[in-house]
Amino acid sequence: MTSETATVQQVALEKDDIGNFSFPEKHKFDAGYGLTKDTIDYISKVKDEPQWVNDFRHRALEVFESKPMPTNWATEDLNNIDFDGIRYYLSDGAKPKRSWDEVPPEVLETFDRLGVPEQERAFLAGVEAQYDSEAAYSNVKEALAEEGVIFVTCSEGLKEHEEIFRPWFGKVIPTGDNKFSALNSAVMSGGSFIYIPKGVKVKHPLQAYFRINSENFGQFERTLIIADEGSEVMYMEGCTAPKFETATLHSAVVELVAMKGAKIQYITVQNWSSNVYNLVTKRGLAHEDAEIRWIDCNIGSRLTMKYPGVVMKGERARGEVISIALANDNQHQDTGAKMIHAANNTTSNVVSKSISVGEGRSTYRGQVHIPKHLKGCKNNTECDALLINPKSRTDTYPAITVKGNQHVTQHEASVSQVSQEMLFYMQQRGLNEAQAMSLAVNGFINDLVQEFPMEYSVELKRLIDLEMEGSVG
Amino acid sequence: MSLIIENLHATVDGTPILKGLNLEIPAGEVHAIMGPNGSGKSTLSKVIAGHDDYEVTGGRVLLDGVDISELEVDERSRAGIFLAFQYPSEVPGVSNANFLRAARQARLPDGEEIDAVSFYKEMYAKMDELEMDRKFTSRSVNEGFSGGEKKRNEILQMMMLDPRYCLLDETDSGLDIDALKVVAKGVNSMRSEARGFLVITHYQRLLDYIKPDHVHVMADGQIVKSGGAELALELEKSGYDFLKQTA
Repeated sequence: MTSETATVQQVALEKDDIGNFSFPEKHKFDAGYGLTKDTIDYISKVKDEPQWVNDFRHRALEVFESKPMPTNWATEDLNNIDFDGIRYYLSDGAKPKRSWDEVPPEVLETFDRLGVPEQERAFLAGVEAQYDSEAAYSNVKEALAEEGVIFVTCSEGLKEHEEIFRPWFGKVIPTGDNKFSALNSAVMSGGSFIYIPKGVKVKHPLQAYFRINSENFGQFERTLIIADEGSEVMYMEGCTAPKFETATLHSAVVELVAMKGAKIQYITVQNWSSNVYNLVTKRGLAHEDAEIRWIDCNIGSRLTMKYPGVVMKGERARGEVISIALANDNQHQDTGAKMIHAANNTTSNVVSKSISVGEGRSTYRGQVHIPKHLKGCKNNTECDALLINPKSRTDTYPAITVKGNQHVTQHEASVSQVSQEMLFYMQQRGLNEAQAMSLAVNGFINDLVQEFPMEYSVELKRLIDLEMEGSVG
Repeated sequence: MSLIIENLHATVDGTPILKGLNLEIPAGEVHAIMGPNGSGKSTLSKVIAGHDDYEVTGGRVLLDGVDISELEVDERSRAGIFLAFQYPSEVPGVSNANFLRAARQARLPDGEEIDAVSFYKEMYAKMDELEMDRKFTSRSVNEGFSGGEKKRNEILQMMMLDPRYCLLDETDSGLDIDALKVVAKGVNSMRSEARGFLVITHYQRLLDYIKPDHVHVMADGQIVKSGGAELALELEKSGYDFLKQTA
């Protein structure tokens, strides 16, 4: 680390894009371009990993290479990912800092500009801030640590808490779940490991922030959250990247385990720049009387494919996905939910709202599975799409498989448009077109946003304002 | 100080609706426009407000001497034109309070924030005048509102936005007599030397409560007859048959 002042490279602004700046790279460790067995060994070596992790990675690489792209159902755009042109690991080699004062200035400035340090002071119980491959900062408030709450990076988790970590790692989302979960398993770095002991209810949210700073880089964080019996936790993640010339890949795997009676709420607000491929696998396992809730907001990216899921393994378990997606020009939000009912009297709820702006495209893909031998299962699925411009596009692919006759399912879908009359009405009251659009869009998702913590609903509103500003002529 | 409509021509989908309309509304006066269906009354209010569906093919609109014909809808609004809609739009998910706040905020210079406390105080006072329930502030704009509630809401917005010239498009339609009185009371409370009104109505009834200074009869895209308040009574009695005779 040299002491020279880092200069921010402000990328030409198409609009007032808050995340659109980058610092010069100063990586001590760079796995180079492309993915081979050597890449994996390099990562394992730099991270000083136990052999079982290295073996896990090698098996995953084989699975990744053997699986075809899922273009039989997904968009052909996946074929444009150049896996040889990606750098899979970039790190300055420093351990995550426990105080913001120790964080390198340009990294601190990055998170400052994104509002993370203030947020931590204001209302968070803990933060992990990831810069490219590794966490730059990770901290959990002392009081929580004393209660036995573990909030560390995934690498620390697998080394220092192997006995809790290993039994659940890769169990909710097996390596072979899909091509990108295999890729993540092969090259994972960064991400969080959280353990909440029995009966501990964490009042304030834990937060992670993921930041891509380097071009041609792939971010592959891996997160595992285990909420032990009767515990409760809320976890929030935010994501940004500056706009680079070439596409960047973000492919995360997030596994949640809610033991008997536990509650996990996982909130994502992502604002990727429009050339990030965001291909994320997220799934939770809910035991008896447990509740897992995903709140997922997808703004930006070139292509997002993400279908948070809950496997309701224990009786009376509850799963919920609330998702908001906004697709602008050259963006495709392919999002949805997977609800797998695997015990009696389990309940799931999916509410999805998408907004397509300009030539943006949003797709809802849902899967609800209730097998024949169960009884008393309930699912409610609602998906609403709002189209802003004549060329905006939306598609819905709900797949609800219900066998047996002792279940209740309900499915509603709607597509609406911001009508010219509504715009005229709002503009007649003095709002310009962008303000009127923004208000209409915020109104459309308002009932979902009510579910968010205040800080995030304000952030979301601001992001939507920015998107709508750029969308009108 | 006046709103001047000068030789205004407008078409919709190529069909002429306004055909050289002239009208001057000085600040401090209430003008009523009456006329049979299809005479272009509602079109006139929308054209003044700048609606996209209408193409202005001639003439202009002057607001206190400034030509606003080329301005966007929102610019005209901020310049002081308010249109109380015959059929106000619903804005799902946006509360009345937030909507009004956004409209007020849009009138402030960049970087200046609305003062929430005084805003609510003012809004509550005006809602009391219009006999509106406080719960109304958190309901979505016009969503699930009765006809009367929608019209009261229009008047509330008009009061809060303090326009220079108010255009009321068939504000009396769909109102029972009690609601009509409340709405008229709201309008009358806003009458002042500094403000002009254009009241478009099909029926004399509204004009019993909002006394016009001048009444105009519109037919086939033009003003064909003008007079004092008594003209409305005359029309109520004998209808628009005279139009056929003068034609």
